[in-house]
Amino acid sequence: MAFVSGLRCRECSREYPAEALNVCDFCFGPLEVVYDYATIAEVVSRDRIAAGPLSIWRYQDLLPASGEDPVDIMAGYTPLLKAKNLGKRLGLNNLYVKNDSVNPSYSFKDRVVSVAATKALEFGFETIACASTGNLACSVAAHAARAGMRSVVFIPSDLERGKVIGAAVYGPTMVAVDGTYDEVNRLCSEVGDNYPWAFVNINMRPYYAEGSKTLGYEVAEQLGWRIPDHVVIPSASGAMFTKIWKGFNELACLGLLEGVPPLTFGADQNTVHHPAITTRMHMTQAEGCAPIVNAWAAGQSQVRPVRPDSIAKSLAIGNPADGIYALRVIKESGGSAYAVPESEVVAGIKLLAETEGIFTETAGGVTVSGLKHLAESGAIGPDQLTVAYITGNGLKTQEAVEDVVNPLTVKPTMSSFEEALEGRVGIRS
Amino acid sequence: MGRQRVKFTFEGELVKEPIIYMLGRDFHLVTNIRRADVGESIGWVVLELDGEKEEIERGLQWVSSTGVRVDPVSGDVVQG
Ligand SMILES: Cc1ncc(COP(=O)(O)O)c(C=O)c1O
Ligand SMILES: [Zn+2]
Repeated sequence: MAFVSGLRCRECSREYPAEALNVCDFCFGPLEVVYDYATIAEVVSRDRIAAGPLSIWRYQDLLPASGEDPVDIMAGYTPLLKAKNLGKRLGLNNLYVKNDSVNPSYSFKDRVVSVAATKALEFGFETIACASTGNLACSVAAHAARAGMRSVVFIPSDLERGKVIGAAVYGPTMVAVDGTYDEVNRLCSEVGDNYPWAFVNINMRPYYAEGSKTLGYEVAEQLGWRIPDHVVIPSASGAMFTKIWKGFNELACLGLLEGVPPLTFGADQNTVHHPAITTRMHMTQAEGCAPIVNAWAAGQSQVRPVRPDSIAKSLAIGNPADGIYALRVIKESGGSAYAVPESEVVAGIKLLAETEGIFTETAGGVTVSGLKHLAESGAIGPDQLTVAYITGNGLKTQEAVEDVVNPLTVKPTMSSFEEALEGRVGIRS
Repeated sequence: MGRQRVKFTFEGELVKEPIIYMLGRDFHLVTNIRRADVGESIGWVVLELDGEKEEIERGLQWVSSTGVRVDPVSGDVVQG
């Protein structure tokens, strides 16, 4: 069972029942889930979590949908590995990579969609929908298949092949919209208002977004119920960024972290900051679409929307819904925000692949190049515990790194092989 | 009749333009402001428009043509 007591407007604090709503009727501000933390505190424990399923549903007491029979294709419980080689390159002795590229549909979106799909079924919806530049579409279609629901996914018509196929294979109704980014956005917003569907990031959004908290819980659990000194996160809407922070703070307030005394949550559950949470939250975006980073750099508390033009399509959201809240988290945590030059996105993908054997998509290239910048600029000290979040899989954006393919082409004879090998330095022995 | 919730973002000199007044005068829309934050060089207003469907459409096109950005109230619907 979920310990949800309702929804609450982030701007004016008006309260609403826990229904399929995302916007406050009064001020049009975003609604967020309100939890009954007093009851959660009585139920939850490290042992109970450890005994749970090997998916995000091990944290079901902290999620807004019932974990009794969730739509679970085993999102989450992904590896956290010590990145010794990459660390050595960057001068970081205590670096970890959270490899979320190995989720069932190959991105962290499975975490949010698993929660949204479970909630949509609870509410009695038959169709689940989204508008996406790829990863979300893959995840929605996959979870709908598992849940026996219909799915409708809207995508821009110029999307990478890997993402189109990676979504289409699950059998959704796929709508490829031929138009500018703004036009796709406008159409989907109108569809959302007019069809009785569970639109994961519209009427399901308050529940959906909470799924990203598990990226915070898992890292803490995998570190032995401790939190990192620094995290590096790629952002589009900024939602995941704010929820990882919320996840750390919830664990602290509930007394689940090593050596940290519990604390009450106060009236606004979404801005709670336990003093023991000292993690610095670093955001990365690609230069061609960096509205949140730009606002941070200019010292503004508002985000000026941009027209996206970036190789990192999964991060190319021009008017980020959670931008202003993400800015507050950067400030509160003593973090930073950095826009990675477009030309360095691919370098980041290659660096991670060559040092750690992990093939990430363009969003991960942004994270790794951002991490490199933080290390080189001294923002992260050599011995500080650092986690870089790798949120999507390279097989979906293969076009970006096609130039790596440069095989030795040989005839099927030993002499041809040896001749070719001779031509390449360093692989003789 | 139609009704639409929108967010206008103004920059630079546009902050001083009476855009919302003009929507009432020239397009016969009732404008209902719910939230706003207007600074010296950038500002936004979240509001609801009531009026004839075609007039809302025409009105929003006109607002865009002045250089003011028109967006859905809760940010982009498209996600990664
Ligand atoms: C791989 C990947 N990483 C990061 C993000 C950013 O997430 P958010 O929109 O919550 O900032 C997305 C999608 O939006 C994504 O697909
Ligand atoms: Zn409100």
